Amino acid sequence: MDAPFVTPTLDYHALAPEIVLVGALAALILYDVFSSELNKRVTAAIAQLGLLGAIVPILTLWAGDPRSMFDGAYAVDKYAIILKGLFLAAGYLVVLISVHYIGEGDYWEGEYYTLLLSSVLGMMLMASARDLISVFVALEVLSIPGYMLAAWRKRDLASGEAGVKYYLMGVFATAVLLYGMSLVYGLTGQTQLRAIADAFASGQAPKPVLSLAIVFVLVGFAFKVSAVPFHTWAPDTYEGAPTPVTAFLAVASKTAGFVALMNVVAVAFHGQTDVLRWMLVPLAAITMTVGNLIAVRQTNIIRMLAYSGVAQAGYMLCPLAVMGTFVKANDMAAADNSVRTLLVYLIIYAAMNLGGFAVVIAVARRTGSGEISSMRGMFQWAPGMMMALAIFLGGFAGIPPAGGWFGKFAIFKTTMDAGALNDGAGYFLAFLIGINSVIAAFYYVRVIWTMVSGNEGDLPQAPLKSPAALRAAVFITAVAVVAIGVVPTLVSHITDNATLIAAATGR
Amino acid sequence: MLANQFLLLGAVLFCIGVYGVLARRNGVAVLMSIELILNSVNINFLAFNAMWARNGSPAHISGAVFALFVITVAAAEVGVGLALVLMLYRTRKSIDVDKIDALKG
Repeated sequence: MDAPFVTPTLDYHALAPEIVLVGALAALILYDVFSSELNKRVTAAIAQLGLLGAIVPILTLWAGDPRSMFDGAYAVDKYAIILKGLFLAAGYLVVLISVHYIGEGDYWEGEYYTLLLSSVLGMMLMASARDLISVFVALEVLSIPGYMLAAWRKRDLASGEAGVKYYLMGVFATAVLLYGMSLVYGLTGQTQLRAIADAFASGQAPKPVLSLAIVFVLVGFAFKVSAVPFHTWAPDTYEGAPTPVTAFLAVASKTAGFVALMNVVAVAFHGQTDVLRWMLVPLAAITMTVGNLIAVRQTNIIRMLAYSGVAQAGYMLCPLAVMGTFVKANDMAAADNSVRTLLVYLIIYAAMNLGGFAVVIAVARRTGSGEISSMRGMFQWAPGMMMALAIFLGGFAGIPPAGGWFGKFAIFKTTMDAGALNDGAGYFLAFLIGINSVIAAFYYVRVIWTMVSGNEGDLPQAPLKSPAALRAAVFITAVAVVAIGVVPTLVSHITDNATLIAAATGR
Repeated sequence: MLANQFLLLGAVLFCIGVYGVLARRNGVAVLMSIELILNSVNINFLAFNAMWARNGSPAHISGAVFALFVITVAAAEVGVGLALVLMLYRTRKSIDVDKIDALKG
């Protein structure tokens, strides 16, 4: 017991993005306390400055070598830096689409942006977390503000319901996840993901308990990424929550859930190929099919996007489901490649989804409803917004030139590669992705058709005027989606050196 | 060895907690059930920590540290949870979680 305490060395450069964000958070709280009720608009500017300021150290870190702290428990490699950049960009876009929504309603602006930044901070920690404890703490730092944001309109029945459902499901999932983590710790005596992988590889852990532990952990994360049958909270929460918060939950929160899943599955559990396979292949198959089939029936655009998000989560689970096949064939480069596929998809998904919700908010400012039928004749009264939404929906459906096709193609190719390694599950998933893309194209194109077709009987409406911040958000995401669709190397090149498994385990 | 009894207690608490979350309709009772699960997790962590400290190095401490983090975060979670239940009561005059069903589809 007399081992001396060694102070860990802190690498302030590696922590700089988080430090900038915490600085902005502190400034926000102080400003909120000492400013008058009339000047709350400045809080949005402080939040924007903080998010943009944190991108500067991201760029300097990108140019340098990978760094790690606390014996590798906190890694700042290419994989983590890409994700941190993605979370900051998503956070910035959410602030852009929130400014008018929050400013014009009877909301609490200072607290709103404080919680938003806290949640983004948790996501950035998650990107670097390579230890069960830091994965857990990051998950809670990003989730707890999310529960409060979902219930932000606290006198509104729907918003309260959204918050309570999200909270109960989220906390229950976390509790189950923790029980799984406690079993993992008990089997290995380790909390660091790499050390857990090594301990599992030695083969001393009894298989039944090991499987149980992995199943508990995966079920916990399945709630977070809204995989079927753990998706029931998502449509209700998305519909009831304020729409900018919905955009944030659907993009940033879900991405963070996938990052947690990638960190834990790809680093700690990658050797347990059979358990992962029996758990993840059915989960991916059911999630994409059920999500798409229910989405077809929806008449509300937000609920449709929610179920389409469930289906997208199914696609995103595919690379992780077939990762075990590559590990089994001892092709670690291909296994890392499937992680990279998911990374590419997450980037494209974020751009498409944020843009889609921004247009929905812009339209709802006029119509006050989320019904798809209220978007009739949009081509006449909001041609720009209509074209943008067509791009985003086309991206979801995988129609070029919108960026979605590349993400889908990359996932399809990964599953086919796994199929070529004598793995029937790979071909099975590829087949399902094909079928689902057809189902999905039906309901996306139906929305585009509704927007194009005019309503003859009604008077012509005045053109829609949207605030500049909202227009900017739509413009940025639309340009990003089209650029990725036309030049896919934009994203595929960035992720070239983002190796998660190799960097974390040295295999 | 002694760890077995603690793990059994943890498993029983976990099951009671899961049953409570699924079966109870009172919002506060659901929160208490979730707390039961988190306590079962803490018992697990501490039992495993004692086990690894005996088998491995005596300075082994990560399980106890994890339990500390769980306790701290659980307090924050319940704080938010009670606020949400309070909000539920103010808007609906009821904290029955089965009656929150305005959103469907």
